[in-house]
Amino acid sequence: MAKRIDVSDLNVYYGSFKAVEGVSMTVEPRSVTAFIGPSGCGKSTFLRTLNRMHEVIPGGRVEGKVMLDDQDLYAASMDPVTVRRTVGMVFQRPNPFPTMSIYDNVAAGLRLNGVKNKKTLDGIVESSLKGANLWNEVKDRLNKPGAGLSGGQQQRLCIARAIAVQPQVLLMDEPCSALDPISTLAIEDLINELKNDYTIVIVTHNMQQAARVSDRTAFFNLKATGEPGRLVEVDDTTRIFNNPSQQATEDYISGRFG
Amino acid sequence: MSTVTESRGPADGVTPDTTPPGGKGGRDVLREMDNPHRVRAVKDVVAKVVMWFAFALAMIPLVWILTTVVAKGVHMLGSATWWTGNQRNINSDDFGGGARHAIEGTLEMVGMTTLIAVPIGIMTAVYLVEYGRGGLARAISFMVDILSGIPSIVAGLFIYAVVVTTFGLRQSGFAASLALVLLMIPVIVRSTEEMLKLVPNELREASYALGVPKWVTVVKVVLRTAFSGIITGVLLGVARVMGETAPLLILAPYTKNFQRDLFNGNFPTLPMMINQDRGDLALPAAAERMWGAALTLILLVLLLNVIGRVVAHFNAVKK
Ligand SMILES: Nc1ncnc2c1ncn2[C@@H]1O[C@H](COP(=O)(O)OP(=O)(O)OP(=O)(O)O)[C@@H](O)[C@H]1O
Ligand SMILES: [Mg+2]
Repeated sequence: MAKRIDVSDLNVYYGSFKAVEGVSMTVEPRSVTAFIGPSGCGKSTFLRTLNRMHEVIPGGRVEGKVMLDDQDLYAASMDPVTVRRTVGMVFQRPNPFPTMSIYDNVAAGLRLNGVKNKKTLDGIVESSLKGANLWNEVKDRLNKPGAGLSGGQQQRLCIARAIAVQPQVLLMDEPCSALDPISTLAIEDLINELKNDYTIVIVTHNMQQAARVSDRTAFFNLKATGEPGRLVEVDDTTRIFNNPSQQATEDYISGRFG
Repeated sequence: MSTVTESRGPADGVTPDTTPPGGKGGRDVLREMDNPHRVRAVKDVVAKVVMWFAFALAMIPLVWILTTVVAKGVHMLGSATWWTGNQRNINSDDFGGGARHAIEGTLEMVGMTTLIAVPIGIMTAVYLVEYGRGGLARAISFMVDILSGIPSIVAGLFIYAVVVTTFGLRQSGFAASLALVLLMIPVIVRSTEEMLKLVPNELREASYALGVPKWVTVVKVVLRTAFSGIITGVLLGVARVMGETAPLLILAPYTKNFQRDLFNGNFPTLPMMINQDRGDLALPAAAERMWGAALTLILLVLLLNVIGRVVAHFNAVKK
């Protein structure tokens, strides 16, 4: 089910501004890869190219190649909608649909794509909420608005919503940055479970979090503001945190940055 | 310990450098700095008084109009025939008769207008906010601006020239509806646009990220989220055209009879019923009828507003 991502020589632009340059890396299936790096170095930008969300932004375009197993995501014949069904995404700020109940939020991806069967939906909603460790907290109020949950619950609701469409890869852009430590731990536990079934890429500013949850870590950096961000190195997390091959990585990890 | 007064003023024997400039004025400045909260409180009171005064000023004409119309028209609404009858065979100086024909006519005509203008207006707004980029979108937006500035009588003349003169359609309720469509579209476009812009981009992205195609996202997420706001905008549009009279003068001559056919000549409406008696205000019967029709029109707009608010309330984003 989970798939490998192969990126080669990727440049990402906002109009004429080159935000990310020359990224080549491999993301292993059934593992967690963390992206770290200073603010503005293009982690979110790069992440969004992995499910073609980048091109939603006016002027957003990409050069280079992204392979999902043997499929070229940016091939002319590839429909971005199909890509996004395969590669799901969780955003920095929880964004449940405000007009929908908890149940409808989780079912949204399926319903909006035409699944109507009540039994199927019930089953998937329950398993997704269980998968997101939210079921016990909301099972008695599935028809209440999703926006009425706490921030941490909303974020887990968004994770449930993302896994309900059964993607192969899950991208998470700072999923815990708006959450308290307890909700953060809940989500980290969840990521640990999810990696049995999914390929997970997570952007985080929290080094401990990267060290805790990820198998591999990619460090991004930029020379100066206005310059494009680059991938400095990607390696096993233990190696990045204990014995990185680049000086810049070591400086960043140890807080001796800039 | 020095007294309060001493501490505020420049003490004797202090070098001129430290004396606040401007003598007495300087002292006031110092006092103000001592009592910033007092200054703020005074400003607050002044602002409040000005605000209330402006509010009262704005309310005067409204209350005046309402009391006049209610006082002069309310007793007409008490009679049953007002709600069931028409004005057939009733001369200017005859009492009696009803406004049913005009109420039905107004509702029918505005209903037809809404039916045509709302889909066009909403789809235009969706295009402008969700799809439009560059020249075409700017051109459309500009034309909507122009449309919203067109005087209603010009809209009436335009429809007359096109529909009646060129295509040979009769003057009718429908012809008037078409003119009202021109007046309603810009209101709907602009208000819907505002509502669509209020829908956070995160919701669109959340939907795309689930692999939902753009058009489904627009219909099921964006329009759904903005729904109650759009309803409010539609109501503004309805209110805007319901009392419109100029195009009716040109396109839909009044009739005192029932006329439910929008395509068949003279057509009864409340604004035209008011207009009918306008010249005979010296006659008590005519004046009474006119105020009754005026009050009925106001109530109709009010009723639609209430209905719209109820609908909007039940579709509002829940917290
Ligand atoms: N919508 C946009 N339009 C134009 N430029 C953008 C846009 N979004 C981001 N950028 C620019 O692209 C560069 C990379 O931004 P990005 O958001 O990917 O950084 P990031 O590494 O995710 O930072 P953070 O850690 O603060 O989230 C920045 O220079 C930013 O200003
Ligand atoms: Mg970011």
